[in-house]
Amino acid sequence: MSTPIRTDGQPVDPDGPESRLRRFATIWSRAIFPVTATSLTRPEFERHLLPLARRLIEALHRRHFDPAPAHEVGAALVGVHCTDPDALSRTLGVVDSYLVLYCGTGGDLRPEEARARCARLQHALAAGFAQALRERTLSEQEAIARSALSARSAAEEALHTTEARFRAVFEGAAVGIGIADLEGRVLEVNETLTRMFGGVEGQIRSRNVSEWVHPEDAPQVWKLYEELVRGERDHYRVEKPYYRGDGTVLWTNLTVSLLRDAEGRPQYQLALLEDTTERRLLNLRLRYEATHDALTGLPNRTLFFERLDKALAAGDGKRFGLCYLDLDGFKAVNDSLGHSAGDRLLVEVADRLQSCATGPGEMVARLGGDEFVALTTGTDTLREVDELASRILGVLSVPIRLEGRELTVRGSIGVVEGPADERGPAEVLRSADITMYRAKAAGGNRFERADPEADARAITRHGLTNALPAALERGEFFIEYQPLVHLGDGSVHGAEALVRWSHPQHGVLGPDRFIPLAEHTGLIVPLGRWVMEESVRQARFWQERHPGARAGAPLRVNVNLSPTQLHHPGLVADTVEMLERSGLEPGALCLEVTESALIGADDDLLKPLRQLADMGVDIALDDFGTGYSNLANLRRLPVSVLKLDRSFTQSMQQHPADPVDIKIVEGIVSLAHSLQLAVTVEGVETGAQAEQLRELGCDTAQGWYYARPGAPDRIHSLALTDAV
Amino acid sequence: MERPAWAPTGIDISVPSVSRIYDYYLGGSHNFEVDREAARKAMEFIPGLPKVMQANRAFMRRAVRFALDEGITQFLDIGSGIPTFGNVHEIAQSGAPEARVVYVDHDPVAVAHSKAVLEGNDLAGVVAADLRKPQDVLSSPEVTRLLDLDRPVALLLVAVLHFVEDSDDPRAAVAALRDALAPGSLLILTHAAYEGIPLSEDRAGGAVGVYRNIRNPLVMRTSEEIATFFDGFEMVAPGLVQMPMWRPESSPEQEDPYAFSGFAGVGRIA
Repeated sequence: MSTPIRTDGQPVDPDGPESRLRRFATIWSRAIFPVTATSLTRPEFERHLLPLARRLIEALHRRHFDPAPAHEVGAALVGVHCTDPDALSRTLGVVDSYLVLYCGTGGDLRPEEARARCARLQHALAAGFAQALRERTLSEQEAIARSALSARSAAEEALHTTEARFRAVFEGAAVGIGIADLEGRVLEVNETLTRMFGGVEGQIRSRNVSEWVHPEDAPQVWKLYEELVRGERDHYRVEKPYYRGDGTVLWTNLTVSLLRDAEGRPQYQLALLEDTTERRLLNLRLRYEATHDALTGLPNRTLFFERLDKALAAGDGKRFGLCYLDLDGFKAVNDSLGHSAGDRLLVEVADRLQSCATGPGEMVARLGGDEFVALTTGTDTLREVDELASRILGVLSVPIRLEGRELTVRGSIGVVEGPADERGPAEVLRSADITMYRAKAAGGNRFERADPEADARAITRHGLTNALPAALERGEFFIEYQPLVHLGDGSVHGAEALVRWSHPQHGVLGPDRFIPLAEHTGLIVPLGRWVMEESVRQARFWQERHPGARAGAPLRVNVNLSPTQLHHPGLVADTVEMLERSGLEPGALCLEVTESALIGADDDLLKPLRQLADMGVDIALDDFGTGYSNLANLRRLPVSVLKLDRSFTQSMQQHPADPVDIKIVEGIVSLAHSLQLAVTVEGVETGAQAEQLRELGCDTAQGWYYARPGAPDRIHSLALTDAV
Repeated sequence: MERPAWAPTGIDISVPSVSRIYDYYLGGSHNFEVDREAARKAMEFIPGLPKVMQANRAFMRRAVRFALDEGITQFLDIGSGIPTFGNVHEIAQSGAPEARVVYVDHDPVAVAHSKAVLEGNDLAGVVAADLRKPQDVLSSPEVTRLLDLDRPVALLLVAVLHFVEDSDDPRAAVAALRDALAPGSLLILTHAAYEGIPLSEDRAGGAVGVYRNIRNPLVMRTSEEIATFFDGFEMVAPGLVQMPMWRPESSPEQEDPYAFSGFAGVGRIA
């Protein structure tokens, strides 16, 4: 670019040398642009050629001809990236055809001389182009080769660094790493792996991967291995044991990966092993502790339920048998000999039970306290479970030596047997529990078989017991009243309050169905209080509505008092409060207490009754004649009424009545009257009965002959009828 | 397992390289026989391939000048290949001597060569990284040293996205780069397409097969598909067009018919 280019806009002589120069450059540019790879635009490219054209023309016209500038022009073409051989031939064509034609005139150059010079310029240009192209090609080749080399050495260096890093990772890893080929030949192992296997690398390297079998291998392990080496699986993870060189067992978490080459073909297998031996031992110990009873070493509740679940989930044709054992009188041993003796007893019992259940599918577990279970599974449990129960009773029958004395331990066993797949574990265990109680109730030291009917009864009992508290809250109880009739004149004297339960599912239940349950759970106290309060209120209501039903003797109410209520410290205070609140005089209330509740009663127990009696409350001795009927005791008791049990009156339903019964009743009445006690009879069902009892001197009576228990307003109407 | 970032790829010059093939198309000698063999095979199907490359270079030259006119003096050229006549830094620095250029390529030989070419040029640098991992590009020391990402940058993706298969999610890579650039930045892009090639698709497909055989698949996309690379950019007039049609400086009628193979466009981040 030695010569300045005239810019457009400057006036140029259309046929002057400058204009001719430009036309030459345009033709040249048009000829070679298509064969260049330049990113320049056509005008840019043309402007690039302009100084080259000028040099050619100057060389053509030079006084002392020298073709050297053409050499440089040829080289310059290569410089602007005209490397295509066509660019040269087209250039030479343009120079040959147009250089002299456009730019040969002027000066003193003869035409022949111009042609000759033009030829020589072409020779020089071609040589310059060729030389520059050769140099450029060589230098570019050298440059790219050098670049490839330096890239390669940089990559190698990086690879070396990487490899060193990988090697450090491999050797320093906390997990064992091994690489093997697909035939199972071990190629490399790291130090950690060697250490895990006992420290001798040769022992690992010399064995094929497929030889590392262990009897406790999970069943799928070798199938996974085969799939991996066949290239069908890229990795798998298992828990796997190995034998170390010294025969001890190494447990590992093993992860095996398939390594493929760049084309994706399986090449190596990579194994990562984590030593889990200690963790596994710890887990086993924790598992053992979680599933065994610390005292006896027997399987505990957790393990038992796992086995029971499994037994109950077993398939067709499988059965199970369960013995639920509770020791008889164990509490007494604990109380008299102390807990440590009790514990030793349990351990001995556990050992003996263990010896009973050694067959396949049999197990013994301790559920807690002195409760044990024995389970048998299989297909023949119907027979086996009886034998098992007998064996258990047998081993218990041998006295146990403890603290220098011999103790005889007995047990009650509930046996449940049946097909798998029918009942859940909770149901089975409940049935066994209920049956065990039946065995205990039948005197203990025996086994009973579960019986669906007995179960159902017990389950109802169980259900009722659970439902009692809510029933009281929801007001499901109500009271019926059975009139007490004066035998002398047949007038209604009062009524006995009888509680009923209007159960949402079972309908109306009598007190015999739920009072024992309430008594057992203690609910009898609030229930009894409610009955008394309700009855007292009712009696007061009758009196208000019917003030003089019977002159001087208003309607009274009898309320039953259970043994637990009798012992309840709040009895006197509660009763007083209820009477006061309702305004009923104490004489209108009669509390009925069973004879059996007062047997052997000491003064402490009698004190509240005495207080109540002193206040004017009548106390009736209920069910008289069913217990020991300690007549001598009667004097001590603060009672004012005897209620004869219905068993005495039953024989009087026939006619003629049993004379012995008549004598007995006569005797009791006379005795009672001599002790200033009134006599009430229950269960009067016929007129003959009533007449007989009246003749025998009984004071009051109740029974279906007069009225069944009923709603309070019925008493009211009876009393009114009576008065008329 | 994917190769960790610090593990280098190997150098195997017995495998053809797309950047050296490109150099050969442009008449250069920065190539080996394997490259030339592949190039000649491709040219059996599309004889005008050099003209396609030339049109690419010419568009790039115009677009770089456009960026300079916009006041942009920072250039990030990803897929830059073998430096050859009329490189980005030559164009940019001849217009604005303070212009800064970072070249990025994943071909280690191209990177080594670029390093040699750029020796002594403090305002230009080269990064060995892959477009498919834009974070590697953005967090490279050269980008940190040479470019101020708080100011506009011209991002060049010239003849490179058609080497990224959809399974490698090239749109996510472009989006990641876009999100790293300041408003006013430009995306300068060209992409191969069957549209515009003056040959049947079957015939042109033969060249695609050559690239597939050298394990560097060439992904031809339609102009609609190519346009989606500009999601999040405002198109600069005249939009996405055949290469010679983008702001031509001389009459497009004079262009070689092969120059119309493929699309070019410039987008701006608002």
